[in-house]
Amino acid sequence: MKKFIDKLIEGLLKLSGTVTGITVLLIIVFLFKEGSGLFQSSTVEKGYTLLVNSENPIDKLSPEELKHIFDGEIENWKQVGGRDEAIRIFRFDEIFSIYTDDELGEDYDLIPEKLGEVIHTNPGIIAYIPQKYAAKNSRGIKELIQEKIGLSDYFLGEEWLPTATPAPLFGILPLLFGTLLVSFIAILIAIPLGVGVAIYLAEIANERIRKLLKPAIELLAGIPSVVYGFFGLVVLVPIVQKTGGLDLGETAFTGSLILAIMALPTIISIAEDALRTTPKAMRDASLALGANKWQTIYKVVIPFASSGIAAAVVLGVGRAIGETMAVLMVTGNAAVIPHSMFESVRTIPATIAAELGEAPSGGTHYQALFLLGAVLFIITLTISIVAEIISSRKMIKE
Amino acid sequence: MIQTKKIKEQIAFSVFRLLGFMVLGVLLWILGFIIYNGIGVISWEFIFSAPTDGMTGGGIFPAIVGTFYLIIGSTLFAFPLGIMSAIYTVEYAKNNWLTKFIRIMTNNLASIPSIVFGLFGMTLFVNTLGFGDSILAGSLTLGLLILPVVIRTTEEALKAVPKTYRLGSTALGANKIQTIKRVVLPAAFPNIITGLILSIGRVSGETAPILFTVAAYFLPQLPHSIFDQAMALPYHLYVLATSGTDIEAARPMAYGTALVLIVIVLLMNTLAGIIKKRFEKNK
Repeated sequence: MKKFIDKLIEGLLKLSGTVTGITVLLIIVFLFKEGSGLFQSSTVEKGYTLLVNSENPIDKLSPEELKHIFDGEIENWKQVGGRDEAIRIFRFDEIFSIYTDDELGEDYDLIPEKLGEVIHTNPGIIAYIPQKYAAKNSRGIKELIQEKIGLSDYFLGEEWLPTATPAPLFGILPLLFGTLLVSFIAILIAIPLGVGVAIYLAEIANERIRKLLKPAIELLAGIPSVVYGFFGLVVLVPIVQKTGGLDLGETAFTGSLILAIMALPTIISIAEDALRTTPKAMRDASLALGANKWQTIYKVVIPFASSGIAAAVVLGVGRAIGETMAVLMVTGNAAVIPHSMFESVRTIPATIAAELGEAPSGGTHYQALFLLGAVLFIITLTISIVAEIISSRKMIKE
Repeated sequence: MIQTKKIKEQIAFSVFRLLGFMVLGVLLWILGFIIYNGIGVISWEFIFSAPTDGMTGGGIFPAIVGTFYLIIGSTLFAFPLGIMSAIYTVEYAKNNWLTKFIRIMTNNLASIPSIVFGLFGMTLFVNTLGFGDSILAGSLTLGLLILPVVIRTTEEALKAVPKTYRLGSTALGANKIQTIKRVVLPAAFPNIITGLILSIGRVSGETAPILFTVAAYFLPQLPHSIFDQAMALPYHLYVLATSGTDIEAARPMAYGTALVLIVIVLLMNTLAGIIKKRFEKNK
């Protein structure tokens, strides 16, 4: 009996370990499961279709072309490779201003026929209508071929306009560049500060100062990101705006400042641990050769700990890339490829946080956001693996 | 020559000292700013009443209650699971493939951005398992987030228990389970508690994981069951700071909420520090 209970407990412990272990795999599976549907969806919003006059030689339009047409930036079919004919945009609602309710029949069952008439008589028309009202086999109209959203539309697309009609654009490049820009500048600020403080703590500071600084850094790590975001919003945004002479203080640079502060504890604690692993014998040897403390630090200790410091920096980057709320609150969130660090940017995590609430479950926007989550997951996973490789390489060297 | 060497050293050291105090300065700046602006807002009414006048008046009681429930829920989920995983990897399977797998996965789990936990919690707990936006879904999501913290602190706590304890217990005829239960766990307990306290600090501040799993903008009444939505402090601060009807008028409320959040984190860190110190002294 006792043996049995022992076995049972051991089994239970093993099970808990396994559950923990497979959580990461579950996360990957679910992200991809929710996101992968995107590439089976057509570029035009679900349940809608685009009709043109049958005389029109155009068979299909790309999402970008559609966007420019419906924005009024492309006004002639010539610009998309068609005939010299002005484009006439027809939205479904217009049918009610052309025909009376009586003419559209009971339960609107004459709508397809009337739509057919409108399209047939307008050679330059492009009509964006619900699929169910599209007249089948009707003379004089043509349905544009609906393409599926491609990998390159997503990963190489330069515009993120997830709610654009008729064809939303899911190009993640602006978000990816935004994320990288903000994190890159943040880490440029955080490296000298973080590594410097780590050196100070590990090598120079006396016990009293260490006892003051260590808890302070732990506290810095404990402050919730939304509080950092709030601080950034009310303090840093106005400062950046004033000193930079900008119209808006919500810029990539503001985000970087906040992220730099947030990445500091990670960098400091890991780099400090790395510096402390330098064997005492090496320091003693250096001191015995006549080097002073500072020479020992930068000629012996830092080179010895360099891979640990590099790992610290890489993990700091990981922290910065994944940060959501603080960045969401201070970067202004314009989904445009940034040209300078004093422009508003939108990062991947911020996009998910800001848009998922409004994206209808199971729709293309929803799927695109889950794929963004998967992209973010892969980036941070790669970073943590790289950090691990860097720090384990040192072990081999020893 | 010796002169320049000495001067160089002194310059370098003062630069590093300056950097150290800069970081301290940044912390004091943030804390000072929040405390200075928030202290005037804190009152009995602010803590114990619901928001009124479109979030520009009243208090934050529902958010405090919501965060409290999330703390309870997530620790109830993460602690048994995390402690048992740690016991398994430290006490039972020292170096088999499962231990290695668990260790690698725990490390990776710790590096996953919190918004990804939010996405995962939304698909698994809210949609697939059908919990809806609820305290249950939010607690489970937050529980996953703190799981690596729990496992790591427990592992470290267990490893810090001297081997002689275990040998002594075994020599007295206790079997493995008895040794773990009566000797190892009690000895490791204070350090495990430190992990618990730190993860409470973490849970009370996380916003991204609860955005789509539990957080409500405003609720007229307190939640009645674990299947209800709840307000939570960090989300409340986000709402007050960015999307209220009158952001300027809601500012004092935001300062007050930020201060409450900071106080929770400060309290948890201090508490963890005290317990750790006492434990080290006893050793």
